[in-house]
Amino acid sequence: MSAVLQAEGLGKKYGKRWALSGCTLDIPEGRIVGLVGPNGAGKTTLLNLAVGQIEPSAGSIRVLGGSPASGPEQLAKVGYVAQDTPTYAGLSIAEHLKLGARLNPGWDGALARERIERLGLDPAHRAGKLSGGQRAQLALTLGIAKRPELLILDEPVAALDPLARREFLQGLMEAAVENSLSVVLSSHLVSDLERMCDYLIVLVKSRVQVAGDVDELLAAHHRLTGPRRDAATLPADQHVVSESHTDRQSTFIVRTDGPIHDPAWTVGRIGLEDLVLAYMTPAPTRPTLEAIR
Amino acid sequence: MIEFHLDPGSGVSPYMQLVRQVRHALRLDLLRVGDQLPTVKDVVAQLAINPNTVLKAYRELEHEGLVAPRPGVGTFVTRTLAGESLAAHGPLRQELRRWLAKARLAGLDDESIEALFMTTFRAASQEDIA
Repeated sequence: MSAVLQAEGLGKKYGKRWALSGCTLDIPEGRIVGLVGPNGAGKTTLLNLAVGQIEPSAGSIRVLGGSPASGPEQLAKVGYVAQDTPTYAGLSIAEHLKLGARLNPGWDGALARERIERLGLDPAHRAGKLSGGQRAQLALTLGIAKRPELLILDEPVAALDPLARREFLQGLMEAAVENSLSVVLSSHLVSDLERMCDYLIVLVKSRVQVAGDVDELLAAHHRLTGPRRDAATLPADQHVVSESHTDRQSTFIVRTDGPIHDPAWTVGRIGLEDLVLAYMTPAPTRPTLEAIR
Repeated sequence: MIEFHLDPGSGVSPYMQLVRQVRHALRLDLLRVGDQLPTVKDVVAQLAINPNTVLKAYRELEHEGLVAPRPGVGTFVTRTLAGESLAAHGPLRQELRRWLAKARLAGLDDESIEALFMTTFRAASQEDIA
């Protein structure tokens, strides 16, 4: 299976500050990829690099086997719904679709019109008069009707109310099935991603903390609770992701592929939200685990 | 046709929730041989979940011999779970009711009853495996 996105030591520097650094990824095709991290972690930088809106300062990135924005063919393969789902306030929905047809060689006009109709939107309506949810749906329609192989969305639902958010994500997942799309979407809310994503990237402070298949990640992370002890006394194959201690008790989130034998521990599974939070919690002693499959 | 729903707080993986809902519907005779399951696209559009989750659930059901895909048409029920077991439900429920009444009489509250049932259930299924 070919890779949808490959990065090797990828970095982007603004002045003296690295917005993204040492990013190594290998994302397989046909996935719904969630990119999570706090605001300012570098999510938008990574996505902008993937669509070729900015150039890397270090390392390399390949998207669907090609260099981002390297030519018309590459541009046609990748759809991008930027942050806040931008549209042209002064243009009508019909004009947006006309523009889409003019700018995209693979434009699927029937799909776009059908989708607008199903959403109950009036093509004569100006984008500026639409609700946030409707505007997001318009931006999604433009992204889908371009018929890309990969659709990238930057915080598409951050500003939407719960109903509009659900409707947007329903439309996105439906389009992913219908058009066999690979999808990469960023969010700072894990709950948005939990149902949809089968591949997860956690980005904190400009670095990839962990990346991999969601089922594999969940199977490899455990919560250990037991009498107080030091992280250094754990077996070498158990990487401590986060730890907390009281005077008597220790709780660790560890990543390991092997079984946990120590009878002193109560071993529990963790959910995706806890997993992400564990990687977001600053732990100075923890070595950075980059790009684990 | 049945409609799926997801309980995010249940701790059961979404694909397993779908599998269980189909089995449940088969047991209760809500789904019968020849009935069609919702298409992957419909489930995905309704629940906003990953398409692979639905595919995985349907593959699991297929593996159990409960459903079979007809290419280009959809997935259909091929075997039912109702029948003999359904007939046994009544007497078993009555026995369980009597047991519950005894447990209450012995002073157990709802939580204790549930805990007792679950630990016994788990211990028994582990013995079966061993």
